[in-house]
Amino acid sequence: MAADDYESHEHDVLVIGAGGAGLRAAIEAAAQGVSVGLVCKSLLGKAHTVMAEGGIAAALGNVWPEDNWQVHFRDTMRGGKMLNNWRMAQLHAQEAPERVLELERWGALFDRTQDGRILQRDFGGHRYARLAHVGDRTGLEMIRTLQYHGIHQGIDVYMECKIERLLRDGERVSGAFGYWRETGKFVVFKAKAIVLATGGIGKAWKITSNSWEYTGDGHALALWAGADLIDMEFVQFHPTGMVWPPSVRGILVTEGVRGDGGTLRNKNGERFMFNYIPEFFKGETADNEAEADRWYEDKKNNRRTPDLLPRDEVARAINTEVKAGRGSPHGGAFLDICTRRPADYIKKRLPSMYHQFKELADVDITKEPMEVGPTCHYVMGGVRVDADSTAATVPGLFAAGEVAGGMHGANRLGGNSLSDLLVFGRRAGLSAALYAKNRGGQLTVDQGQVDAVAREVIAPFNRTHGENPYALQAELQETMQTLVGIIRTESELREALGKLERLRARAERVGVEGNRQYNPGWHTALDLKSLLTVAECCATAALERTESRGGHTRDDHPYTDDQWGKVNVVQRLESAGLRLRREALPEMPAELKALFQERK
Amino acid sequence: MATVTMRVFRGDAGGGSFKDYRVEADEGMVVLDVIHRLQATQANDLACRWNCKAGKCGSCSAEVNGKPRLMCMTRMNLFREGEIISVAPIRAFPIIRDLVTNVAYNYEKAKAIPPLRLKPPAADGTYRMMQEDIDRIQEFHKCIECFLCQDVCHVIRDHEAHKKAFAGPRFFIKLAGLEMHPLDAADRTRFVRREAGIGLCNITKCCTEVCPEHIHITDNGIIPLKERMADDFDPIVWLLRRFRGMRKDGA
Repeated sequence: MAADDYESHEHDVLVIGAGGAGLRAAIEAAAQGVSVGLVCKSLLGKAHTVMAEGGIAAALGNVWPEDNWQVHFRDTMRGGKMLNNWRMAQLHAQEAPERVLELERWGALFDRTQDGRILQRDFGGHRYARLAHVGDRTGLEMIRTLQYHGIHQGIDVYMECKIERLLRDGERVSGAFGYWRETGKFVVFKAKAIVLATGGIGKAWKITSNSWEYTGDGHALALWAGADLIDMEFVQFHPTGMVWPPSVRGILVTEGVRGDGGTLRNKNGERFMFNYIPEFFKGETADNEAEADRWYEDKKNNRRTPDLLPRDEVARAINTEVKAGRGSPHGGAFLDICTRRPADYIKKRLPSMYHQFKELADVDITKEPMEVGPTCHYVMGGVRVDADSTAATVPGLFAAGEVAGGMHGANRLGGNSLSDLLVFGRRAGLSAALYAKNRGGQLTVDQGQVDAVAREVIAPFNRTHGENPYALQAELQETMQTLVGIIRTESELREALGKLERLRARAERVGVEGNRQYNPGWHTALDLKSLLTVAECCATAALERTESRGGHTRDDHPYTDDQWGKVNVVQRLESAGLRLRREALPEMPAELKALFQERK
Repeated sequence: MATVTMRVFRGDAGGGSFKDYRVEADEGMVVLDVIHRLQATQANDLACRWNCKAGKCGSCSAEVNGKPRLMCMTRMNLFREGEIISVAPIRAFPIIRDLVTNVAYNYEKAKAIPPLRLKPPAADGTYRMMQEDIDRIQEFHKCIECFLCQDVCHVIRDHEAHKKAFAGPRFFIKLAGLEMHPLDAADRTRFVRREAGIGLCNITKCCTEVCPEHIHITDNGIIPLKERMADDFDPIVWLLRRFRGMRKDGA
């Protein structure tokens, strides 16, 4: 292919993904005075961050002055079943408040306390009301604020552009190859440093809260470029997705419903979460309804309601109730806020939940309970990064947000995602800019690499009677849903890996019709490659970890194993294929360890 | 399950036409579900934008039976049995392909708006805002940028020449939100009148009617903005506004 077959751009820092992490990274890099390009698959402002509902976790201490970063750190580590990278969790808890206040200075309008400060709401696993929020549309506020701040910072934004491969100059990254969705034409970005901020992998499951974009692009790009992934077995199934009607199955119902007083019940009206309090959380969880209800108002003298146990616990509990025949008519649990809070309060606090159920399910949540069940929501695993700099194991490559691993350990607490995007988005932008400034030598792109990807990308057009990309994607989702879901077992994981291998072979024969101009069939075909890659990583890591912890539950290994609590599963692509090893967790310093001794 | 007839626009800038498809629709489905099924089974290359499928991202705007709507929030049971459902791209913007249009106009307008200019903090270094002072602006912040209001605005839709000097309803509420922001110190009067062309809006409220977020675009956003512009020529109102402005500062 001749060089004039694609356009090219050059930047010091290229950020891939324009959700919360990508936007925050681009803003920070631009502030360092380097040239920044920001690439996104959709239009600007449509990334997954826009769907985040509940809030941003930050120990501002506005509602509970007792709150501070140490408590937030401790909650985050315990929520992650102590598998988190302690340094990431520390930086996150320390810096989140400043990142929230910064958003406010850029125009964000959070709900207020009586004395005019940022109001904070209760959420699962958080000791105090900690989530800065705007009703139940916090993500929208966050992305608009970053978007409208970002467009004035001299960042070049490339919308509806999909990156297919990272380009390397020796060990270092030197650019990226992609295509414009609108025209199908190719584009090459030369860049001294690249920040991956591409989000997650949730489109690999059938019942998911994730949009079409979540095909594991960044995870796969990093892996193909030689970077390490960690913790890929840990996938969060959010306990409350819609279950009815079938076409809306998986759409998220915010944890804010429970944070604001909602409770889960089975078909007998029983608040079943009291039966699922694990030993690990007994000391801090109410064991009776009266105490649980008092806790909303008086946190000093009461323990937290089990409705707000971390998401992995609640998702498993609902799953068990349904399997035992105590589920709701459409195979979920009842989520009741109508009998517990006045209608006006519900509409004020949860306007989009009210709207969503009314419009999509004919349910008035101020009068009837919702039906909810687990939905694939988030991947804890991701690109292995240095905590302070977000640098991946490949020089010049950085990662922030959901695509990065380590921060959330085995399970993420609600509200810790938006704060993660801000804290590590900023750090990634800063580190990438510094790296770009100090990077010596020529910035060269290898024509051979470009030509090879270009040929691969165009190949589906030469197979007009090939496999249907949508059908393959659906089979992949069915496989992951049934065999690599909430509850896993060795035989099913092996079966999944077999099926994935066959799907991979079929994906080589995928064909598309039409031309290159805005062709979703082609885009779906191309996204299959990354989706299959991350699905394999997840299933392989899940097979390796013979214990149950956080977002990884093995029916054949139902207990948490202390030995497994000391290691991460690390994956890397080598010439012989995917290689997996166990590596010791970084050792937490004594002063932080002490935080876990204080309150038993 | 019922079979429905979808009449979908297929084409690009070079031209195109509506094509009929027979598709199975299940209980509870929305128009976007049916479009997806059509895409997966009969028209793999049918172009449409979507993201959240829950009315939060504003990507899947289209004209369904002539009415601008979000496909993800339009239930199939809205239509009579046997009714042919037409789906066309939003008309005010140039078509790219099928249901996808070029909405770059909106991103250009967004960039032209003078951003928030932050006031100095209070003596204690913090910024305090009372809930009642931000209720109105929070309503504007609900905007999901689906651009349906831009699509139905006759200034944009029918007068290509106006586009250059007219921001449209989405950006009038953006401007109103900035002008009413308790922490903002910028003056956008000239911008609102000249560059944003608010005078061209003759408050037909078409924008308010189609807003999927039910934002009172005209009453709460455009009219107060127009009043502000008018106030600039009225010394008494100008004084009143100064007074209100001082109160906003908490002075």
